[in-house]
Amino acid sequence: MARTRAGRSWGPAALGALGILGFLATWEVLPLTGLVDPRYLPPASEVLAELGAQFLSAGFWLAVWQTVRAWFLGLLIAAAAAIVLGLVIGSSAVLRRATHTTIEFLRPIPSVALIPLAVLLFGVQLESTLLLVVYASFWQILIQVLYGVADVDTVAQNTARSFGLGRLARVRYVTWPTALPYVITGLRLGAAVALILAVTAQLVIGSPGLGREIALAQSGGAVSAMYAFVLTTGLLGVLINMAMRVLERRALAWHSSVRGEVAV
Amino acid sequence: MRLVKNLGYALGLPVLLVLLWWGYTLVSSNFYVPEPGEFVTTFADVWFGERFFDDVLPSIGRLLVGLALSILLGVVAGLVIGSVRWLRSLLEPVLEFFRAIPPPVLVPVLMLLIGVNDQMKVVVIVLGSVWPVLLNTIEGVRSVDPVMTETARSYGVDGWSRFVHLVIPAAGPQMMAGIRQALSIGLILMVISEMFASSSGLGFTIVQFQRSFAIPEMWSGIAVLGLIGVVLSFVFQRVERKVLAWYRGLKEVENAG
Repeated sequence: MARTRAGRSWGPAALGALGILGFLATWEVLPLTGLVDPRYLPPASEVLAELGAQFLSAGFWLAVWQTVRAWFLGLLIAAAAAIVLGLVIGSSAVLRRATHTTIEFLRPIPSVALIPLAVLLFGVQLESTLLLVVYASFWQILIQVLYGVADVDTVAQNTARSFGLGRLARVRYVTWPTALPYVITGLRLGAAVALILAVTAQLVIGSPGLGREIALAQSGGAVSAMYAFVLTTGLLGVLINMAMRVLERRALAWHSSVRGEVAV
Repeated sequence: MRLVKNLGYALGLPVLLVLLWWGYTLVSSNFYVPEPGEFVTTFADVWFGERFFDDVLPSIGRLLVGLALSILLGVVAGLVIGSVRWLRSLLEPVLEFFRAIPPPVLVPVLMLLIGVNDQMKVVVIVLGSVWPVLLNTIEGVRSVDPVMTETARSYGVDGWSRFVHLVIPAAGPQMMAGIRQALSIGLILMVISEMFASSSGLGFTIVQFQRSFAIPEMWSGIAVLGLIGVVLSFVFQRVERKVLAWYRGLKEVENAG
């Protein structure tokens, strides 16, 4: 990936920019031709102008902050719980077997199924968002941690044991480094899911944040504002993806095989 | 003996959890936690009857149509975009952006553009779950082993048979990974589209129960959604095992060597 990027860095970048311009141009022209009703899809220029105006408003940044905060807190809680539980479950064969069916059953439950529960328990507050975000990203990370712990080399494990490393020291020096790449993959997946669920909760439940702004703008007929908020969530998603990639490169700089992307 | 042990491992924790739940309802009467017995009878009453045909089946139908369309679209477009280098560079940033938009925000947008009807719900599912399939297919096509590509070329394998015998199998594992993500996103969107704008369907029914404080009914709805998720992922695992049987075998050989 790096090689191809560096080798022909100009061509693809220029083409990519052209692609974005082409997309914006199509969006600009579509409503003007009347193929799509401009009341429902304002031209790109109008939405971008609205987005620019939003950048100057405090309410906009508050909504962004509320979304980012829910995303971050949720991911943090999910990651802490998943890493601790994953290390504990993963390092014992008995626990791993005993929890297998339960995990396989709970994992595919869509977290949006918990929306009614969140509403009843917490109403339109941060906690409702957190419940959904934590539930969704917890499983993504837990599964990866379990894979990672299962990947520990038995020879390394036995060597550490013969050198008299205790249980904790083995986790720190043998299990953790092996599992780290998996943990990071889990975090990256969890981060994307966490943003989806944060915005979803705000959209459907009405807890504060960008999602609620979208719902409000839509029901209030502020169509270009709605598109501006949608664009913002996309930009946020791109930023989060980029941040997670930087984190991955940082955390795994020592890792000998800068792995080909783990297919997930 | 061995069977008993395996069964114990498989069912031990679930049984323990149900017992805990039952014990909890015995000692305290939390409004939000129905008794297991009550829960089971409610589940049967609510979902085995008219509602199954009026709400559950249409929801599942929309989900399956949406998923089928997004897999078809994603794979076909992905194969085309992945094979043409300039097209890939041209479209990749735009596609990455679309993937980064949390799909549920498309619900209010499509409500405006299409209105509230079945097509809108299917389009929501397609627009949300097509991206992982599409981008993973592109990535899979891109990372086909160059040695294989050249070998195929020197043997004169091209056109249609190149796709069937080289590109699609090579991109297979990545495609399946994308499809798995698509399944869970599709299920989320099925629920959201019905919660947000609908007067029927699973999502609508569950929210309705919650609004009228029908707690056991609400839990039974959550359980139905969970079951659909579990069944989907089970079916997918079966299919994946079949489709990628060669890949698993190859990996095992590689890992052993």
